[in-house]
Amino acid sequence: MRPGRRGSLVSWLVVGPFAIVLAFPFYWMLMTALKTNGDLYDVKHDPFVFNAAQAAPTEHQPLKGQHWLPLGIEHVTTSNFGFLFHGPDIHYVRWIENTALVGGIVVLITLALALPAGYALARLSGRWGQSAGVGIFLVYLVPPTLLFLPLSRVVAELCLQDRLLSLIVVYPSFTVPFSTWLLMGFFKTIPSELEDAALVDGASRLKALLRVVFPISLPGILTVVIFSFSLCVNEFIYAVTFISTSNARTISTGVPLELIRGDVYFWQSLMAATLIPSIPLALLYNTFLDRFIAGFTGGAFR
Amino acid sequence: MEAVAQARRPGGRWRYVLEERRFLAPLLISPAVLYIVLLVGAPLGLAVYLSLTDATAGSLSGHFVGLHNYFDQWHSENFRHALRNTIFFTLVSQALVLVGAAILAHRLIRPFRGRWLLRFLVVLPWAAPVALGTIGWLWIFEATLSVANWTIVHLQTGVLGHLGLHLVNPIDPPQWLGRPNLAMAAVIAVHSWRILPFATVIFIAGLASIPAEVDDAAKVDGATGLKKLFYVTLPLQLPIALVALLFGIVFTATDITVVYILTNGGPFNQTQTLPMWAFQTGIRGSSLGDGAAISLYLLPILVIVSVGMLYFARRAEVT
Repeated sequence: MRPGRRGSLVSWLVVGPFAIVLAFPFYWMLMTALKTNGDLYDVKHDPFVFNAAQAAPTEHQPLKGQHWLPLGIEHVTTSNFGFLFHGPDIHYVRWIENTALVGGIVVLITLALALPAGYALARLSGRWGQSAGVGIFLVYLVPPTLLFLPLSRVVAELCLQDRLLSLIVVYPSFTVPFSTWLLMGFFKTIPSELEDAALVDGASRLKALLRVVFPISLPGILTVVIFSFSLCVNEFIYAVTFISTSNARTISTGVPLELIRGDVYFWQSLMAATLIPSIPLALLYNTFLDRFIAGFTGGAFR
Repeated sequence: MEAVAQARRPGGRWRYVLEERRFLAPLLISPAVLYIVLLVGAPLGLAVYLSLTDATAGSLSGHFVGLHNYFDQWHSENFRHALRNTIFFTLVSQALVLVGAAILAHRLIRPFRGRWLLRFLVVLPWAAPVALGTIGWLWIFEATLSVANWTIVHLQTGVLGHLGLHLVNPIDPPQWLGRPNLAMAAVIAVHSWRILPFATVIFIAGLASIPAEVDDAAKVDGATGLKKLFYVTLPLQLPIALVALLFGIVFTATDITVVYILTNGGPFNQTQTLPMWAFQTGIRGSSLGDGAAISLYLLPILVIVSVGMLYFARRAEVT
């Protein structure tokens, strides 16, 4: 089925407007993050271009004088990004580190629990395995907003408040059901003759698993890694309730709770702070999206 | 004899047990199940217990008060408002999302030049952290520098003005997050924006799982165009559309991030939702018992959705 030129045009006309609306906030983050104070806060300025304005001495303008650039790009400043990394009392780098640490460890715990469970549900169990799989998946629907109150008490009793350990322990409660389900789908798509061959050759079930099944499922496993990590980065309510010191925050709570102070908004830095983690995550996400779709349908609809 | 058997099977009985499906399956599954029971099952039980007591933030135990918290909340004005909003936000945003996702998925499923780019842009809101995306909207709806208002005002002096459309007052543009109705619209917009990419992805998955033979069979039987849409594609797509809907309902109804960042339940508690009100009561107001009761009002929604999910998952398996 070769895409005709007309088909392409229709697709662009239909999907294009949606894409513009859906991606607009991110475009707007970029525009805002690059503006000087004088430009941004003048209500007479056209917000869709960069305008000339009296720059503060702290605002570095790397392209100043390059008049040939369109949209007034010569007036951009990069100081708003710098503020995040060098600003006084800003723990932005720390939040990124915290998020990476929590996400990384949670992904490891998730794999340790979900890989064996997903495999067993796909291969070793018969009819009851199907029900158990659906059961585990339904657990994923139990929302954090139902559990954060009792868990906040448990965390307090265990003296885990303001410690990343509290998040590391709790996050697998939603990544494990989700990943088990996805992995179950991936394992089902692998022909069982492969392991059978290994078993006939005298390998034990566990050896076949480690040497044959897991290596073939690597793309599926990577998908689970990316999506579990992204679930951790997204998590909000546990991080708000368990942690209240600034330098123990994750990126999702640090930016809205620490960079917005009372009524004072540093909009440009705020937008830079939201943009920096969003773009790499989105790129990773997109790369693995097709795999995700395959796993999702493999588990649920086959 | 025994020595030979031993030699042939190093590790002996233990290894034999590991080869047996009957033992291996539970052995591999139980760690995950145990973790889930400990971190989901137990807190859920604890939530039910807390909701029946007058526990406060300082302690885990309180006096047993029966269903008092539930009745108390049911008669509270803020709770009623939160309940109504939760249902309203969920239904309206999901209706918008279903229509949008159906249109998007039907175009994005077939290859065309530049599909990767368009799909990247469409999926952005779901791929980026919700809390951060919502801050982007906070800025778009800002009181004096709102780009939404700037655009409307400037379109008004141009194109719209010639058509006689005067939507906003340029001197006093709408305060998106400051007026109850507008704030509700803003919350619905952000929820739809966030769930639409996800629903689109699920729809694409569903369309992709319709086997090519079905298409061929339809062609042989002479079903084309609208006829094919109504008698072949839609019925086959119904289960997955419902799965997307059920997910969307859970994600929207139980979400706290959007309201927390965008309006904080305001103005005057007019955009309060059940999760936000539970947080307000249980954490900020330190009444754990009341907070737990409020969040447990979400349970009926989840039960209905779960039952629906089980039903359609089974149906989809048969086809």
